[in-house]
Amino acid sequence: MSHHIVEVKGLRHVYPDGTEALRGVSFRITHGESVAIIGANGAGKSTLLLHLNGCLVPTEGAVRVGDFPVTRSTLPEIRRTVGMVFQDPDDQLFLPTVREDVSFGPLNLGLPPDEVERRVEDALERVGAAHLADRPPYHLSGGEKRRVAIATVLSMEPSILVLDEPTSGLDPHARRRLMGLLGEFHHTKIFTSHDLDMVLDLCERTIVLHEGMVKADGPTRDIFLDDRLLADCRLERPLSMQGCPICGMKG
Amino acid sequence: MATINGTSLDFRLLDRLSEGHSAVHRLDPRAKVLATLFFIVSVVSFGKYEVSALFPFFLYPAAMIAFADLPALFLARKTALVLPFAVVIGIFNPLLDSRILLHVGPLAISGGWISCASIIVRAALTVSAAFILVSVTGFPAICAALERLGMPRTFAVQLLFLYRYIFVLIEEGKRVSLARELRTFGGRGPGMKHFGSLVGHLLLRTWERAERIHRAMLARGFTGEFHPRRPCRFGVRETLFLLGWSALFLLFRLENIPRFLGTYVTGVLG
Repeated sequence: MSHHIVEVKGLRHVYPDGTEALRGVSFRITHGESVAIIGANGAGKSTLLLHLNGCLVPTEGAVRVGDFPVTRSTLPEIRRTVGMVFQDPDDQLFLPTVREDVSFGPLNLGLPPDEVERRVEDALERVGAAHLADRPPYHLSGGEKRRVAIATVLSMEPSILVLDEPTSGLDPHARRRLMGLLGEFHHTKIFTSHDLDMVLDLCERTIVLHEGMVKADGPTRDIFLDDRLLADCRLERPLSMQGCPICGMKG
Repeated sequence: MATINGTSLDFRLLDRLSEGHSAVHRLDPRAKVLATLFFIVSVVSFGKYEVSALFPFFLYPAAMIAFADLPALFLARKTALVLPFAVVIGIFNPLLDSRILLHVGPLAISGGWISCASIIVRAALTVSAAFILVSVTGFPAICAALERLGMPRTFAVQLLFLYRYIFVLIEEGKRVSLARELRTFGGRGPGMKHFGSLVGHLLLRTWERAERIHRAMLARGFTGEFHPRRPCRFGVRETLFLLGWSALFLLFRLENIPRFLGTYVTGVLG
């Protein structure tokens, strides 16, 4: 299933103002993997994600999704394969009702109306938001918005799911619920996050970005045991791997 | 005093009204757009001293509000908010045009006052018709209708984005003005001095956000085409709606109904 593969080679990106956000990033993510991209603020995580569906064009290097290099001519195919959930759900939801927002993608793919209807019901059902279908998105709570934003992407049935900070701004219950939801998807998943406990729960593999370069790439557990690496990259162990603050014992 | 918060709520209420399920809501948007267009053209095509002949046209907003179950007070308030602009346009007429046209008892009324009144009545009619169109159709559907009626797609999409980004701008503006308010402690702060910078920041932030929204749309395969909410079909009901109203507007335009009624009544009584 080669269309589930994401390959980034020597990716460099310089913003028009001269900031070098990515300085030669390479990795390969294969079918069904769940990969976290972590790093300090400004490490280049969001810039990297924006290359995965062609929102940004590399200054140097290349990105391949499945059988296609990401270029202007392959963009429609790429965007059908890579579903991207942006950090702020308000950026993603813009139509008068949830149902219309979720059908926006499938309609753009030119699917027939009954197929669109099926996908919308399906996507809303999967994220547990079927009862919100006729509500306007701006009346939803943060957690509901996030789930609907994910539904807007699921309705396009992408093979690769990319999420930018999926748990930011959620209350503990909404966060748990979202993690449960993400755990059920068997797509190739790529996400950035500062929520390292979620990374530990959901991703078997972690890529650490530091100042625009890949500082480490390996099994999540190994990376979180390397305190030196974490400190160098302005990170720390997930709370669940730190000592208990009350009984003072190491976890 | 209109606040940013109030404005955004009003916009959203207008948006929500368009989700109604009345018979008027269900009509093909094209019929409603054309009827409104015909209404506006009929209203503005009167001579500049015409006032009485305009009044029958209030039937249209009234009927639409009744049939579509719209909140009349809310729409009246919205229309009233726009009227000061019409007043500004008309207010100099009495000074420029002092020819006496009408005597009401001892009171002589100049042409300027009459044309000023005419401008205000027309503004009330056309603005309320536009608000009603938006609240029974919804902005995206209006844009789709305009496109299907032959407006170039580029303009339709521009209009849609304009509408979408009004909300973005209002949201950003709300946050900026709240942050400013909290740090000026009810006073006026440094006033105009920092205002330029504030507006500049607002513009830049809105710009960035607009870019993110556009990216999110592209990520979902947006190609510059919007798909209408309801399947449109210009059927018998649409034809009847359009022809019925157009005929009525034409009658109102060609025949001064209040004068006709007046002559009729005085004729019968006399």
